Amino acid sequence: MTALTAKVAEPAPPPPRGDRAAKRRGVELALLTGAVLISVLGHLHVGYASTGRLPEGSSHYAAGLFGAALLAHLAVRFGAPHADPLVLPIAFLLNGLGLVLIRRLDLTTPHHLTAGEQLRWSALGVVLFVLVVGLLRDHRVLQRYAYLSVAVALVLMLVPVFFPAVNGAHIWIRLAGLSFQPGEFAKILLAVFFASYLAANRTALALGGRRLFWKLKLLPGRVLGPILTIWLLSVGVLILERDLGTSLLFFGLFVIMLFTATGRIGWIAIGLLLAAVGAYAVATFEPHVHGRVDDWMNPFASIDRGEGPGQLAQSLFAFGAGGLLGAGLGHGQSFLIGFAAKSDFILATAGEELGLVGLAAILLLYGLLVDRGFRAGLALRDPFGRLLATGLASILALQVFVIAGGVTGLIPLTGMAMPFLAQGGSSVVTNWIIVALLIRLGDCARRPQAAAREVAE
Amino acid sequence: MIRYIRWCGYFCAALVVALLCNVARVQIWESAAYGANPANKRPAIARYAEPRGDVLVDGKPVTGSRDSGQLLRHERTYANGPLYAPVTGFSSQTYGTSFVERAEDPLLSGTDPGLSAFPLWYDLARGRPAGGNVATTIRAALQSAAYTGLAGKRGAVAALEPATGRILALVSSPSYDPAVLSGTGTRVKAAWERLNADPAKPMLNRALRETYPPGSTFKIVTAAAALEAGVVTDVDAPTETPDPYPLPGTSTLLPNAGTGCVDASMAEAVQWSCNTVMAKIGVQVGLEGMVRAAQRLGFNDDTLRVPSWVSRSNFDTDMSPDQLALSAIGQFNTKATPLQMAMVAAAVANGGELKSPHLVDRTTQDDGDLVRNADQHTLGRAMSPGTAMRMQELMVKVVRDGTGRNAAIPGATVGGKTGTAQHGVGNAGTPYAWFISWAKADGAPFPAVAVAVVVEDAAANRRDISGNSAAAPIARAVMEAALRKP
Repeated sequence: MTALTAKVAEPAPPPPRGDRAAKRRGVELALLTGAVLISVLGHLHVGYASTGRLPEGSSHYAAGLFGAALLAHLAVRFGAPHADPLVLPIAFLLNGLGLVLIRRLDLTTPHHLTAGEQLRWSALGVVLFVLVVGLLRDHRVLQRYAYLSVAVALVLMLVPVFFPAVNGAHIWIRLAGLSFQPGEFAKILLAVFFASYLAANRTALALGGRRLFWKLKLLPGRVLGPILTIWLLSVGVLILERDLGTSLLFFGLFVIMLFTATGRIGWIAIGLLLAAVGAYAVATFEPHVHGRVDDWMNPFASIDRGEGPGQLAQSLFAFGAGGLLGAGLGHGQSFLIGFAAKSDFILATAGEELGLVGLAAILLLYGLLVDRGFRAGLALRDPFGRLLATGLASILALQVFVIAGGVTGLIPLTGMAMPFLAQGGSSVVTNWIIVALLIRLGDCARRPQAAAREVAE
Repeated sequence: MIRYIRWCGYFCAALVVALLCNVARVQIWESAAYGANPANKRPAIARYAEPRGDVLVDGKPVTGSRDSGQLLRHERTYANGPLYAPVTGFSSQTYGTSFVERAEDPLLSGTDPGLSAFPLWYDLARGRPAGGNVATTIRAALQSAAYTGLAGKRGAVAALEPATGRILALVSSPSYDPAVLSGTGTRVKAAWERLNADPAKPMLNRALRETYPPGSTFKIVTAAAALEAGVVTDVDAPTETPDPYPLPGTSTLLPNAGTGCVDASMAEAVQWSCNTVMAKIGVQVGLEGMVRAAQRLGFNDDTLRVPSWVSRSNFDTDMSPDQLALSAIGQFNTKATPLQMAMVAAAVANGGELKSPHLVDRTTQDDGDLVRNADQHTLGRAMSPGTAMRMQELMVKVVRDGTGRNAAIPGATVGGKTGTAQHGVGNAGTPYAWFISWAKADGAPFPAVAVAVVVEDAAANRRDISGNSAAAPIARAVMEAALRKP
């Protein structure tokens, strides 16, 4: 007893240098500067390649980017000083590259300029990033709003059904000249709900239920109900809105988080089975989706029919034309893809003009961003935080895989926005909020006292 | 939970690896196949992104380029299109290329490796050098003289420099303006359909791609064969030929167009174009000797490129004596392109040596640096120098005091041979008036030019003499232009 007391009373020795998590805010600032420099140089290069002169207003552009980067950095430095130093620079680099690619495509569509709009949305995204990092001091607060989150998410997902279809999909809301994709925001809210729900019920999910045979157990209806509801909703959204991408994302997100919470492979098997049944039914009965699958199976069929290359064929041509080193920024012909070149197919421009080298770099940047999310999840102590970090990282990973795999012919094409790169306001804003949450989670994960408090509890 | 988060992480890593592998497959493995897909517009966009190189005549471009502002940016333009169409051909974004535009396409469009001192650099930079220029051997004065001489009549002219094989004029009439085919769209399509449907066949290059029965001009080949074979040793000796001449083994009688061919010598037979005498001499030479003589002059050769391919001129290798008799005077299955008959005249003028005819003198880079010089080579010896000298004398007589007097030029030695080829069933088709000739300025060491002219619509006059009236004046105009120093 006395010995113990004496031990407690003894002042704790300073942690050895290797154990203390370094803040590394200076590293972040240096990387951020590099990311902004690459974006500005890309901007200059695109202008120079097309007109032979440096684009006007470049200094304002550069100053604006540096200002935004500095603002975001200061928010992190004072709001989340222990956050991962890689997350913010990667987000800035991807967003900056996206602006460069959109500006480059604007040059071939002089009557439909979108880079300016994208720049404004990006600025709004950075502002929201600063607000989230500044106002949300502890991610566990979000746990309280789980049911509000899912309610808002469902409303957001259902609202576009009542708006006219755009290019065959009911996923937009058009108000006062602004078009807006509410499904983008819904994915964050759903991740919050899943994390919260699973953190609360994971014991029941992992251990409960009547045993059917061997290790397979039927789940108690109380827990199974919401899962089936979510699955039916995702298929319902797909059928109503013809949005295979979003339903795939939600469903994949749910299965991954369920598995993380319970560790039961059976969930993945059941998830894949349900997904396969749903996808097969939809691909069979929904002509829009059916056509996508046909395109994927044979992207050059329309050429053989004499109708010329379709979007996917044009996308593959663009990637092929890029080869190893690419045609160089501003020297490709990815505009041949047509109307979706700036949004769903933005990666084809990257592939053609930056080549395999540039494309691999971009994909690895996404991989690194996802990796930082998982690392935060591993380091966090609370189940909600772990699940939320895993969920947000998985959202990014699934989204990148679904769209990049789609435009390169690996899987059937589903309309989705490449995070940060693609043109689309709701997407950019949503991704900045995801990055803000990752920063917050990373800050908690790497904060020394958090670990200490966790141990004390 | 830590374990499962790690598994999720591995799963996401596997997704990234799958993406990277697939992207590598598309960008490296499939790249070439996608680039070669005919539906991929990139090669065409790259091809027309820069102005095409030019075709030069007398050092001046007869082609040009126009920025259309379209996806396929630069379209071909032609200065004097109909005049040079048989030389340049067309360069169309819709229908491809023909003739020099086709044969020299890699150079003109900038993909020829000879255009760059460092080809690897353009591979790396994914650019291509500016298109080079093609300097032709054509001389504008001869080309114009031939084109004006034909004056819209159906026919063709080919003119060669005997000592080098340079093609000095290449005219086909009626002609067309290749500029109407340059771009894309409905107007180009309509023009293409109209030109192809035109019964006058304006896109047919009659000088290189149409074969005609050569008629009496082929008697030059027969006479040379007789001299080479030793069948005739004295050109002035009587040949004991009856008029009309019964074709061997048949009861068909071969008549002459004119009189005075009974028992004529070979010299007189060439001078007055006696069918009987030359048919008999052909039979005396025999099938083998005639075939050899014709083939040494370029008949039965389908590999000739100038650099565009030239239709095969035909002399049958398996014939009965009566067929051989007809073939020896350029009838039966004997067919020749105008270029082929110009080669016959050139071989005689050049002392028996036949030079390879060619249309491209040199190719240069955009800035004028040489890429390649013409490959000037000999196709072989068509006849001995002695035979060639005798043939020159015979041909000179035709012009001085025979059937070809319309070709005479003061101050120059001109040798020629007329011809009228009858064809069609029962000779019902339009006869072709032929004239082949060569000219040497007095005191000049080498003959300046050898010409072949064919005119399709000499309908009024079915006798040999039509070669003199319809074709010889055109040949003379071309020869006069050649004799004037540039």
